[in-house]
Amino acid sequence: MSRLLSKMEVDRRLVGLAVVLLIIWVGFDIASGGRFITPRNIFNLSVQTASVAVMACGMVLIIVTRHIDLSVGAILGVLAMLMGVVQTDLLPQFLDYNHPMTWILTLLAGIVIGAVIGGIQGAAVGYLGVPAFIVTLGGLLVWRGAAWWVTQGRTVAPLDHNFILLGGGIEGTIGATWSWIVALIAIVAIIYAAIMDRRRRLSFEFPVKPVWAEYTNTIIKAGLVLIAIATLNAYHLPTRAAERLLENKGIPVTPENLEISHGIPIPLLIVALVAIVLTIVVKRTRFGRYVFAIGGNPQAAELAGINVKRMTVAVFALMGVLCAISAAISSARLQSAGNDLGTLDELRVIAAVVIGGTSLAGGVGTIYGALIGALVMQSLQSGMALLGVDTSLQSIVIGLVLVLAVFSDKYFHRRYSDPTA
Amino acid sequence: MTDPNMTKNPLVEMRDIHISFGGVKAVDGVSIDLYPGEVVGVLGHNGAGKSTLIKILSGAYQADSGQIVVDGKDANIENARDARDNNIETIYQNLALADNLDAAQNLFLGREVTDKFGFLDDAAMEHKAREVLHRLNPNFKKFTSPVSALSGGQRQSVAIARALLFEARVLIMDEPCAALGVHETKMVGELIDQLKRDGLGILLISHDLHDVFDLSDRLHVMKNGKLVGSVRTEDVTHDDVLGMIILGKMPEHLLHLAGPGATNAPTAPEDATNSETSETPS
Ligand SMILES: Nc1ncnc2c1ncn2[C@@H]1O[C@H](COP(=O)(O)OP(=O)(O)OP(=O)(O)O)[C@@H](O)[C@H]1O
Ligand SMILES: [Mg+2]
Repeated sequence: MSRLLSKMEVDRRLVGLAVVLLIIWVGFDIASGGRFITPRNIFNLSVQTASVAVMACGMVLIIVTRHIDLSVGAILGVLAMLMGVVQTDLLPQFLDYNHPMTWILTLLAGIVIGAVIGGIQGAAVGYLGVPAFIVTLGGLLVWRGAAWWVTQGRTVAPLDHNFILLGGGIEGTIGATWSWIVALIAIVAIIYAAIMDRRRRLSFEFPVKPVWAEYTNTIIKAGLVLIAIATLNAYHLPTRAAERLLENKGIPVTPENLEISHGIPIPLLIVALVAIVLTIVVKRTRFGRYVFAIGGNPQAAELAGINVKRMTVAVFALMGVLCAISAAISSARLQSAGNDLGTLDELRVIAAVVIGGTSLAGGVGTIYGALIGALVMQSLQSGMALLGVDTSLQSIVIGLVLVLAVFSDKYFHRRYSDPTA
Repeated sequence: MTDPNMTKNPLVEMRDIHISFGGVKAVDGVSIDLYPGEVVGVLGHNGAGKSTLIKILSGAYQADSGQIVVDGKDANIENARDARDNNIETIYQNLALADNLDAAQNLFLGREVTDKFGFLDDAAMEHKAREVLHRLNPNFKKFTSPVSALSGGQRQSVAIARALLFEARVLIMDEPCAALGVHETKMVGELIDQLKRDGLGILLISHDLHDVFDLSDRLHVMKNGKLVGSVRTEDVTHDDVLGMIILGKMPEHLLHLAGPGATNAPTAPEDATNSETSETPS
């Protein structure tokens, strides 16, 4: 089995995580009498995971560079409040209510402010040399306090109609047809990437994996995409909502017409987009290479001419940008912005990243690992909620799982051990 | 016998270099030089200031005062990049490799090859890495593993390949054989000989007198941040050099050879006269 995996050049840690996730899902499904692995629950799970997943992608880079960011939840809070004020108080002075530009300008404002906040913290870490733990612990207090100050604690609602779609409510999905189109694009991309990679390696006469392994890899990836999309499409709108939708469009209501799919929720699309962009950044750009070099040996990076201080600012600024996107997703999901939004998210994010195989010692970590880590965390939480486990016990279990995850990681993998060997 | 090196101009000269950390005068008025196709050993006790001296040349530290001359021209070396621009490459005592990156990624760190869209071209880098490493070490196979999975000798190959790849003319090696096995030390020795034939100038720091004697053409000996003296390897015995390292004194019979900046040779002659005297062995 392990020989098989190494032939296929699959990351073993990834396989391990996937197995853990599967066990959790099947376990909860059995325990709940078949209520866990349902299109509806999977859909909800994907929406609930989105906010943490987006931030986890950035936290991977932070932890890979040997830092930590404890302030992400608080930054999310203050950005959600600011974006709430921008779209409900500020922009309506210039634009009509629910103007199509409102959500764009709001998100843009959030992203810029997020980058500035992150950049300031990064500068304190990089240039002033204050440990990230302290800077962001201070940041946690500062930004949480700031979140209250934005409106003196008043919750901002209702939010812009288009903005709310980012949270993936009943209308915040792209429907069956578009979902299949996305699936098609994804599969074409998977096949194209595999072919191009192989060609390139062959052109340099590097060793390549056996053809059967390429096929299996590609088929598994494409299959997962198809299963995911089919599941999301199998979750139909509630009858009431479907009726309303049909009436609005002037289509007669018949039992067949009523079966309208949700399809991919917009927050899940955002997660996919963020993850793809960041994976490309990590694997294919100088920036990503330098992040890992700094994590592996900061001195070597400095000696190789990398501006470590500036990189630190950039990595924290990127984290701030992702906090803005997460803030949009979570406030849109609740259709309001309260100043306690994102409380304890820093712990969920860090846990997701660590469970996903990112080493706290720096230098090692993957974006996809963090995504699965986030899904594992959310699955545990949702599953226990489904079984009626009370919240205090939920936190105990999740805390133990986190420690167990890090322990097993230390136990089974030596540091920097070759993931494909 | 005439030494062909001495007819050329020095590749690098460091003149009257001073640097201190707090109260510690780590390097105190040291001058050294290096010619093409020459291996020069820098010797001294722990804390003598060897690493500090060469870190100034490689841009890791900046001298408080003093002058660095490359190819007869004043060079202003403020960071690693400046050193590289002067074709000075350093292989550090603690091996400046990022453990989590593979050989090719380390080789090109800071100078990656990118495609027309600005994305990293890993295949092209791996290709070039295989070429260079194969030339140095035909047994090198682990191209896609993190360098932490390599042996000391293999890591040293990567570090040296890194310097070669960027057309170094001056190679600084701080303890290249520390923590290496017998076989690997021999390999590094062969590498150094090969680089020397290619006309590189090599500054070699080592505690192992045998290594240094085998490999070096000249020796600079330091003690407590000062230069004790510079001698040609063929003029001295191990005991002479040990005396220089431990006592900080030039051997009696070589006092007239004391190099520039030598502290215990008050009437040390200037560069030119010095190299002339050294052409007539005593
Ligand atoms: N960054 C620094 N800060 C403060 N003191 C330093 C620093 N670097 C070196 N020193 C001091 O300068 C002196 C010379 O150190 P250096 O590392 O150059 O010695 P060395 O000759 O390379 O010794 P070794 O053979 O042990 O490598 C020592 O006293 C050391 O403690
Ligand atoms: Mg040293």
